[in-house]
Amino acid sequence: MSATTSAPPAAAPPAALSSRRGHRPGTPTVLRWELRKLVSQKRTYLGFALAVILPLIFVIVQNLREPHDHGRGSDSIFAAQITQSGLATPVLMLLFLSVFMLPLISALVAGDIVANEDGNGTLKTILTRSVDRGQVFAAKTLAAMLYATIAVYLSAAVATAAGVASWGFNSITTFSGTVVSAPKGLLLVFAANTCYLIPLLAVTSVGVLLSTTTRNSAASVVGAVGIVILLFIIAQIPGLEGIKPYLLTEQFENWHGLLRTPTDWSPIWHSLWVCALYIAPCLAAAYLVFLRRDVAGG
Amino acid sequence: MSDAAPPVKARGLVKRYDEVVAVDHIDLNVRAGDVYGFLGPNGAGKTTTLRMALGLITPSEGSVELFGRDPMRHGARALEGVAGFVEAPRFYPYLGARKNLELLAALDGGGAAERIAEVLEIVELAPRAKHRVGGYSHGMRQRLGIAAALLRRPRLLILDEPATGLDPAGMRDMRLLIRRLADEGITVLLSSHQLPEVQELCDRVAIVDSGRVVYEGALSDLRRQGGAGYKLRTTDDPRALQIVREQPSLEHASAGEHGLAFQGDEHAVAELSLALGRAGVGILALTPELATLEDLFFRLTEGAAGDGASAVTSAGAAANGADTQTPAQIA
Repeated sequence: MSATTSAPPAAAPPAALSSRRGHRPGTPTVLRWELRKLVSQKRTYLGFALAVILPLIFVIVQNLREPHDHGRGSDSIFAAQITQSGLATPVLMLLFLSVFMLPLISALVAGDIVANEDGNGTLKTILTRSVDRGQVFAAKTLAAMLYATIAVYLSAAVATAAGVASWGFNSITTFSGTVVSAPKGLLLVFAANTCYLIPLLAVTSVGVLLSTTTRNSAASVVGAVGIVILLFIIAQIPGLEGIKPYLLTEQFENWHGLLRTPTDWSPIWHSLWVCALYIAPCLAAAYLVFLRRDVAGG
Repeated sequence: MSDAAPPVKARGLVKRYDEVVAVDHIDLNVRAGDVYGFLGPNGAGKTTTLRMALGLITPSEGSVELFGRDPMRHGARALEGVAGFVEAPRFYPYLGARKNLELLAALDGGGAAERIAEVLEIVELAPRAKHRVGGYSHGMRQRLGIAAALLRRPRLLILDEPATGLDPAGMRDMRLLIRRLADEGITVLLSSHQLPEVQELCDRVAIVDSGRVVYEGALSDLRRQGGAGYKLRTTDDPRALQIVREQPSLEHASAGEHGLAFQGDEHAVAELSLALGRAGVGILALTPELATLEDLFFRLTEGAAGDGASAVTSAGAAANGADTQTPAQIA
């Protein structure tokens, strides 16, 4: 360390100091760096890899199967259309991945985003700079949600590309038996994935809450997925049918209404307010905990 | 930021963890331009106090203000002009030093990003700036911690054990850097176990033990009054010892292989020299010996362990009602 350097940075003239004041960074700056941190971590790509590989495996396996085997053993109308339209693939993948895999991918980052920094001691590093705790929390939450969003669209894009490459960009038959053109089918695939984001962002919020409160990445990731599994089990318990419409996991199928003619918007509206009942308290609680917590780790 | 307000003013700072009182009504007064040593044994509450000062943990009672702003009430605005680290500085191990500093500069705003190359040069990490911090040694991370602090052009630098883990050359360079920053007008609050480092750098100190301040004040006062001893060699040491013991203002007189030792103030020593002359005892050497900070530290902290808080109320802290020792009481 050079103690004889002639250009000390510390002796700031008052003018320089005063010019700094009032230039505190905004939340978008904090978010941008949260995203840069995500991009620099291997864990980020693990989730994306799952989102990409599973549709590819699905398409490869379907290509290897005998043509008459397609759709056998499945009561989904889209399973029967696999080889007829490439657009059936992203719909089937959304059906399969929405239950467990996409919540897991979302939880991988959401459950880690605060707890990891707490464990490594870097939370104290960023909280002693010129940004408020609220900004840091907002940026972390937005980064986790953005990650989940990218994972969903990435999975859908790969499934669509692989499906279309294998079986063509053809019209597709919806749940209600209506045939829609390929461009409209593509639009519906995009819309279905967008609708699925509503409950997935609720899972992300649960992950952020656990990450903030437990300060343990593994516990938060497992906990978020565990809550999803728990809600699935609750939905199966006889006698609890009354609460079923309000379970988060039931909202994973909110997009089915889009693939009917006429479009059934009611499950989407229902999931919007039900998921808001999960998202708002989770984020409010996480925010308050984050604001008031003692940062003593590291 | 109030320029007239002191860099650090803590009043009645308390931190409890269930039954454990980590910090017990601590008052601190760091003035502009101070190089302020914050000393205490492990577990004395130093780091907890610094965490409260930086707004990382919430005090159970009391308050701390940095340039007149309380981090609990003003958030990041209270840290304007303030930089430093508590315990070891932490960085993102998967990013290089430069990327880490870019991130922190972005969170600082202003022109912090423009100073990255400069501060990397100062801490001599420029050649390794692109290497991942995960591969850095402890000493390199300490230096990067200093660089991260300097990005903010601080008026108050809070450093918690900055020399820990450094080799002798690194420790020397760290001392020189802190001295230079202090000479440039930066107020430094330095928590350290390195007593020679504190003795060399600091002009005022607070010594804490078991969560309480047992001394706060000028280091020179502490050393002068807390340990004003003298060594004496004469032409007739046994006779001289007798005369020393006859002086009512001199204490702790003893004879050793290399002469006599005793404690007392300057006036008593003047009386002694006259008495020795009257008795025909020649003075070969009369040497004042200030107690080292290490002596005083152990006297305060180990002495306080037994009767701890029952120590005395000090001049410096009497107004605040804290149990703090004065130099005279230490002696």
